[in-house]
Amino acid sequence: MKKRSDYRSTFYSRIENFVNGRDEFLLYRPQGDLEAKQLESLEEELTEAADLLEKKEAQQRVQDMTEPLDFLKKFHKLYGMIAAIICAMLMLLLLVTVSWLPPFGHPDNPADNEVIKRYIENGQQETGAVNIVTGLILNYRGFDTMGETHVLFIAASCVMILLLIAEGEEKKSSYAFDRYMEPKNDIIIQKVANFLVPVVFVFGIYVILNGHLSPGGGFSGGAILGAGMILHVSAFGFKKTEKFFNEHVYKVAKVSALCFYVSCLSYYFYMGAHGLDNHIPLGTPGNIISSGLILLINIFVGTEVACTMYAFYALFRKGGL
Amino acid sequence: MNFFILMLMIFLIVCALATCLHKTLLTSIIIFMAYSTIMSIIWALLESPDLAITEAAVGAGVTSILFFVTLKKIRAVETMDMPDSKEKKDAKNEGIGAENL
Repeated sequence: MKKRSDYRSTFYSRIENFVNGRDEFLLYRPQGDLEAKQLESLEEELTEAADLLEKKEAQQRVQDMTEPLDFLKKFHKLYGMIAAIICAMLMLLLLVTVSWLPPFGHPDNPADNEVIKRYIENGQQETGAVNIVTGLILNYRGFDTMGETHVLFIAASCVMILLLIAEGEEKKSSYAFDRYMEPKNDIIIQKVANFLVPVVFVFGIYVILNGHLSPGGGFSGGAILGAGMILHVSAFGFKKTEKFFNEHVYKVAKVSALCFYVSCLSYYFYMGAHGLDNHIPLGTPGNIISSGLILLINIFVGTEVACTMYAFYALFRKGGL
Repeated sequence: MNFFILMLMIFLIVCALATCLHKTLLTSIIIFMAYSTIMSIIWALLESPDLAITEAAVGAGVTSILFFVTLKKIRAVETMDMPDSKEKKDAKNEGIGAENL
């Protein structure tokens, strides 16, 4: 087993010290015997060692201040110059690239090819969605969208792995610290939230349900719903929000939404790959119940995104739903 | 209308520069919120209201709130106005019940 003193003398720990501002990496002079002695005492008596380390740090600081730092000064100057040059070059490169791009909305652009033409001309008959963007994202390019949703799901899982706190003392203290430094039962926020939360929720549901008719769709509507829930939490606290949205609801809603969403899309994939007819009626374009599975997919995506947004906030704030 | 767009563009650049040049983290987050709001107005003017909605909800709302929560977690806003260590201890002793003080 390696001792702490072994670690202190490695190259990595010196870099770490430098990054944390405890030490100047370039000026580091290993004082082998002295350090080893100090660190042994650190293992024996922590308090005494802390004092010693403080002393040593102070000594180091005095040393740094008194001794000439020519090399370090030169290095910092050079560093700043190189950073400025690289920034300027990057800006120049990007500006040149932008000037090479085809003009916005020009008919001869390479993007205006037969694919776009087909989407615009046949999109409404083939998908049944008045909003071409939604029809394109969820129908023609459903595969991309499925990948994106899975990226979101994996991101939420990663945040959970990193920030979720297990049951126990730590959780208790983190719950207790949760509203520390925040307005407690602030009357202004609560009155404003009383007005705003229902409006935000209705608008989010409207955007989701009208995804195939008007601008918006699952992602936008879900983000609005998530923002509304975050507003509710920050106004009234977690206790009130847990009455309608707790960990159980989160798990059920998120996983079932993802499953139904994937099964809806796989129906499209299966039918499309085998050249079969789509048996789901498209309805009259413009009605709220039309465009086949797009309405359902929008609802599932919206649920998924709203859950993810709220989960991010709850995990960042107190490490649990 | 052209003048309005020009003003928005100038505000956008000023906000973007101020976000990265400002020294206080809390202030740069608020400037970043302003940046996102201007961006969502520009999206609406470019006739893509769905992007405007998403930018307003995600960029100005959720992202900035996550930044705020992170700042609170790493105690970067502690110097602002805050209770002394005594209140901290009280909150710790009260356990879960302290949530709705």
